[in-house]
Amino acid sequence: MQSEDFIQKFALCFHQTEPASINAETKFRELEEWGSMLALIVIAMIDSDYSKTITAEDLKSVTTVAELFEVAKNK
Amino acid sequence: MAVFTVPNVKLSGIAACVPKRIEDNKDFALLSEKERELFIKTVGIRYRRVAEQGVTASDLCFTAAEKLLSDLNWSRDEIKILVFITQTPDYLIPNTSSILQERLKLSKNCLAFDINLGCSGYVYGLSVVSGLLQNMVDGKALLLVGDISTKTISMQDKSTAPLFSDAGTATALEFSANNQIYFNLQTDGKEFEDIIIPDGGYRNQVSEKSFEVKEYEGGILRNDLAMKLDGLKIFNFALREIAPNINTLLAENKIEKSSIDYFVFHQANLLMLESVRMKLQIEAEKVPYSLYDYGNTSSATVPLTMVVKLREQLTKQNLNLILSGFGVGLSWGSAYIETEKIVCSELIDL
Repeated sequence: MQSEDFIQKFALCFHQTEPASINAETKFRELEEWGSMLALIVIAMIDSDYSKTITAEDLKSVTTVAELFEVAKNK
Repeated sequence: MAVFTVPNVKLSGIAACVPKRIEDNKDFALLSEKERELFIKTVGIRYRRVAEQGVTASDLCFTAAEKLLSDLNWSRDEIKILVFITQTPDYLIPNTSSILQERLKLSKNCLAFDINLGCSGYVYGLSVVSGLLQNMVDGKALLLVGDISTKTISMQDKSTAPLFSDAGTATALEFSANNQIYFNLQTDGKEFEDIIIPDGGYRNQVSEKSFEVKEYEGGILRNDLAMKLDGLKIFNFALREIAPNINTLLAENKIEKSSIDYFVFHQANLLMLESVRMKLQIEAEKVPYSLYDYGNTSSATVPLTMVVKLREQLTKQNLNLILSGFGVGLSWGSAYIETEKIVCSELIDL
């Protein structure tokens, strides 16, 4: 599980946010597009691409994409 | 895990009934236009059927049962078992199955009872009816499964309102020495609050406070007589439990996954089901979806999907099916069933 790959896949979960604007330090829950639907998409992506299950609590416990990567990696 | 086989039973016919009134999630005012598009693409639900005030789940099931009995040409005196699965009964007391027994003009020698289950209800219902039928030579049974979930939700709750839809179904089963159905049923009551109507039962009886509308995260408004659904936790639950449940059912019974013609899932959420499908490594054409047109009809989604998506195959071919339901309880289960050119009535709009 590589950080760069994770950030790229995370960015591709968004439909209206420019993927290039998302990086390790992006506070993703502050993005206008973020919401419960995006949370589902991100959980499904991490499950299918990395076979890791993250929860709603995990998403709430972190601020940046880099922190989410660490949580997912340590699952 | 409750993995078991019930011998001497076969599925003979199936019918479904939905209300005529259609609501379109493209018109759902609580979401912006972009949010609606994302919702329809991700969750997969565009249209929902909504029962008019006064129409109950039992009305929809009754109509489906009348059509099915007519298409099967079964005598009503032959039916010895009537099981009604719903979370939206006609009354708190009495059981709705007794009312259905009378409306359907079934004999007094017919046992009838209700089961309170939601999204896992169809698979559980098949197991209960099969268990009763297995020693009843020449026995015939009706399993009626349906809900009017649109009456249990707050229209100011965007986490539930665009999901739920109404339907009633009827399934005919009969004693047959040459057939059996395989089950794997599970429960996890720790998570019972993930889908709940908090008030109106006897733990929290209806009071003035029950009607107070509260605001929740994301601008959700509902009172304690409306359904609360923790969508993300249910999503996690489905990703965690459904594929292992089906894999165990197949492995314990030495059934090859490749021999299955169709996997019919509870129609909860397209993204969720596609994730489960990929975990199970099933070809897309083996997983029918009805949720775009009919939404989440609670316990009725599995038989409704069979009627609207597999009617031709069910009537003209012998099929090997996996049926999988999961949700409120939390309760989940799967069944493996071999159908033999069953009667499948056309969908009824009421």
